[in-house]
Amino acid sequence: MSAATGTAPAPRARAAERAQGWALRAPLLPALVFTVVVTQLPFLVTVFYSLQSWNLLRPGSRTFVGPANYLAVFTDAQFLGAASNTVLFTAACVLVSMALGVGLAMLLDRRFPGRGVVRTLLITPFLIIPVATALLWKTTMFDPVFGLVGFVLTPFGLGDVDWVSQYPLVSVVTAMVWQWTPFMMLLVLAGLQSQGRDVIEAGQVDGASRWQMFVGITLPHLRRYIELGVLLGSIYVVNTFDTIYMMTQGGPGTASANLPFYIYQRTFLGFDIGQSAAMGVVVVVGTIIVATLALRLIFRSFMSAQEGIS
Amino acid sequence: MRTTLPPLAALCTGTLLLSGCAGAGALPAGTDGTTLVIAIVANPQMQDAVSLQSEFEAENPGVSVKFVSLPENEARAKITTSIATGGGEFDAVMISNYETRQWAGYGWLENLQPYIDATDGYDDADFIPSIREDLSHEGDMYSVPFYGESSFLAYRTDLFEEAGLEMPENPTWDEVAELAAELDDPEAGVAGVCLRGLAGWGEVLAPFNSLLNTFGGRWYDEDWNAQLDSPEFREAAGFYVDLVREHGQAGAANSGFGDCLNRYSQGRAAMFYDSTSMVSTVEDPDSSTVVGLSGYAPAPVAESGYGGWLYTWSLGIPATSEHKDEAWAFLSWMTDKDYIRTVGEEYGWQRVPPGNRLSTFEIPEYQEAAGAYAGPMLQGIENADPENPGTRPVPYTGIGFLAIPEFQDLGTRVSQQLSAAIAGRVTVDEALEQSQRYAQTVGDAYKEEDR
Amino acid sequence: MTAEALVKPDAAAPRATRAPAPPTARPRRRGAVGAAALTTATWAIALVFVSPALWLALTAFKQEGDAATDPPKLFFEPTLDQFRTVLASDFLPYLGNSLTATLLSTLLVLLLGVPAAYALSIRPVRRTQDVLFFFISTKMLPVVAVVVPLYVAAARLSMLDNIWTLVVLYTAMNLPIAVWMLRSFFLEVPRSIIEAASMEGAGLPRVLWSVMLPVMAPGVAATALICMIFSWNEFFLAVNLTASQAATVPVFMVGFITSEGLFWAQLAAAATLASLPIVVIGWTAQRQLVRGLSMGAVK
Repeated sequence: MSAATGTAPAPRARAAERAQGWALRAPLLPALVFTVVVTQLPFLVTVFYSLQSWNLLRPGSRTFVGPANYLAVFTDAQFLGAASNTVLFTAACVLVSMALGVGLAMLLDRRFPGRGVVRTLLITPFLIIPVATALLWKTTMFDPVFGLVGFVLTPFGLGDVDWVSQYPLVSVVTAMVWQWTPFMMLLVLAGLQSQGRDVIEAGQVDGASRWQMFVGITLPHLRRYIELGVLLGSIYVVNTFDTIYMMTQGGPGTASANLPFYIYQRTFLGFDIGQSAAMGVVVVVGTIIVATLALRLIFRSFMSAQEGIS
Repeated sequence: MRTTLPPLAALCTGTLLLSGCAGAGALPAGTDGTTLVIAIVANPQMQDAVSLQSEFEAENPGVSVKFVSLPENEARAKITTSIATGGGEFDAVMISNYETRQWAGYGWLENLQPYIDATDGYDDADFIPSIREDLSHEGDMYSVPFYGESSFLAYRTDLFEEAGLEMPENPTWDEVAELAAELDDPEAGVAGVCLRGLAGWGEVLAPFNSLLNTFGGRWYDEDWNAQLDSPEFREAAGFYVDLVREHGQAGAANSGFGDCLNRYSQGRAAMFYDSTSMVSTVEDPDSSTVVGLSGYAPAPVAESGYGGWLYTWSLGIPATSEHKDEAWAFLSWMTDKDYIRTVGEEYGWQRVPPGNRLSTFEIPEYQEAAGAYAGPMLQGIENADPENPGTRPVPYTGIGFLAIPEFQDLGTRVSQQLSAAIAGRVTVDEALEQSQRYAQTVGDAYKEEDR
Repeated sequence: MTAEALVKPDAAAPRATRAPAPPTARPRRRGAVGAAALTTATWAIALVFVSPALWLALTAFKQEGDAATDPPKLFFEPTLDQFRTVLASDFLPYLGNSLTATLLSTLLVLLLGVPAAYALSIRPVRRTQDVLFFFISTKMLPVVAVVVPLYVAAARLSMLDNIWTLVVLYTAMNLPIAVWMLRSFFLEVPRSIIEAASMEGAGLPRVLWSVMLPVMAPGVAATALICMIFSWNEFFLAVNLTASQAATVPVFMVGFITSEGLFWAQLAAAATLASLPIVVIGWTAQRQLVRGLSMGAVK
């Protein structure tokens, strides 16, 4: 496309370019179309439902009501409660499991006898099917009479606390943290192992203390891995349904209901399709706003971090 | 729900094209036989039916049965969704007297009367009249009862003796509360009384509503004004919550029927007010450690003379089923007199699904096995009057529930509040204040309708 | 958008070239004692952390009478009764459905995801960032917001309780993450390899199949592993869109919700069986797991 072809008609070149563009884009299309069809079309239908008054248990009750459902959503105290539960729950899960994950990864980032076995043990909670994890914690761990947690805590006077009823959020978060800590640990461990020995040695020569080295060298290096963990963890934890369904059914009352569970209840126990659709739409819009902000923020912090390193 | 949506069509074709399959997938083969898919609630009596399915299959060659067996709340969500949207996954479903009449009116259920009439020896006049009536729409039955229940009070005669206490012949709720206080023994892990606290209208609201009715409370007055903040409702709710909190089982806010049943059967409660169907577990040596140790008293009362409820788990055929004849064959097998005899002989007479047929109470073996409870059970069921629950007039019917479609939602929400109060997360007043608002929204819709 | 930034290995930091620990001038004995203590502590912490899982496995070998006791029993006569009960109770069809849904959807994810990731990495099309963001944003949509339309659509098509419905939906569920991961693996393939292949006039399928795939195999395996874990564990769609014919293992577990105090041993046996396939795969493919999670940032 240089001077030699200068006389060639421009349109043909552009056509060729376009053809090449399509050739490059083509492999992307099946996945893109598939995703749009399977995830976006149903969502449009949800938007459509959300403008209707439609109770499944009253056939023939279906009418167009415009934004009425949305007004109802924003004045529903339980919805707002579920929203704040979701935020609390996600933040607690992700942050605690990340903190524990960093700790465990630091312990594993050295050679010692049985290291492989210990790592294998530690990743197991992530591999256990979450519905089983939830039931495990609800029954054998947290049961007020026969639970292991009560048994272990008896010397501290916490022997017969009814965890799931009295502290439902703490109970659910515990189960979730247990499940997600290995995930975070693996990510951080990956980060640690990509860290150059020479950097650490240089630090040792400088006589930096362990803590100084951790804060000054290791953490900045881990930053990207931690951010990736927080991002992926949040994406999955924010949509948690199974653990709550199996452990507390959102209860007692609605104390441990997060948004996915609350909307599920409105849909499949209340059968108010219009209103639950409106809730779904509100949640989607909210999530996209939060996610966009978060991604931007992480991006920016990452850029500056990179500049700092280089 | 008969509206088609253009985007859906696109979605569907797209989905199908991309998945590269025409949906032939994992559907039952159906070449040399019919597979019935039946949704049931996972209570002990139903589990027995699951274990006995081979007998049905032997009697009906070419028909095999697949059960979807779920806990009550989950089963209800699944069955209702399927029926209301015409999902068509099930050939027969387990429902109750709450759903039957409403769904019959919507045309969601197959009229079973023609099948009943055409089946020799299927004696539908033998069903207990109050139950038969509650499953009928315009004189025809739309579901057939698998077992019927009222409520009564089970108590441990050995513990009563030890404590030198006696159960009155017709206890009042105040007396029950006093007894519970005496018998409560947290050290030994024995609660004074076991009462449901789990959210879900079929869970905590069943016993609570029966208590509410006898306390003289009601959900609505004749003009659909919500009455959840009325003094009677408050008193009933306060009484129930206090009783569970002070002398009830540990973890009450999360225990439903199944859990309470387990606890009482394992000797961890001195009294248990619940469904009469509890006897199939409580008196079964395979799952209970307290067989023969229980006495049974009629449902406790307060203002009125009757404190029980009326409920039945019944089987219906969705209008969408493609195997209605086979489904009826199964329904009639599971609710027939012969089935009761089979269970009695196979698993023991305490395990038979009780309270659907009058003839059951006349079987000598049953009378012998059920001497302690057959009387109060039949009495509770026969005396129930769903048309007139409580002491004052109401615009709805139903004892353990309100027979209106909105009750699934309303009941769930109110039960959540009640459950939260039992957990101590809110006060009874706060719970009722919130509940009153939910109830009034529903009431307003009815007021408008009446106008 | 951060895709590239997040997943690309830090060029400045040298790779995990772990020489054996260099000899240090410190007194050896103190170091050895400290190391032993740290090792012991690590083992202790790991055992405490994983104890609920060990307890679960232990409970699975108990009789019901030993399962719910106060105080909990550590020693008992082990039995396989619970596993027998679970296997006798119709568990295998659930297992089969889970295997079908997991394997087919993972295969489909790779079929769709590999070309897409290739297109997004090799010669970035315009708006690569937007496309990537779009993919990841679908991951944030709560499924609960679309379950009614999905249910109604499936009912219309007689696709309720059909394993293919789950296959399609699990594919959509995992595709975004898979595209992200695969793309980061593609970015690591030296450009020269692809360019050389294209020069020789190889078409896209050939480039992908015979040139890229051998290089990419570990990355693809890592992606597949992650997809399999999430498909196997998926609960919400399974519980709402299946009944009996297509119900997967997590749905089987719902039956145990109300089993407080009575069937713990059986519950534990069921939970153990339900988790076993993924636990075993995860254990044996730990390296792939790490690679997948860190999006190829670590080999």
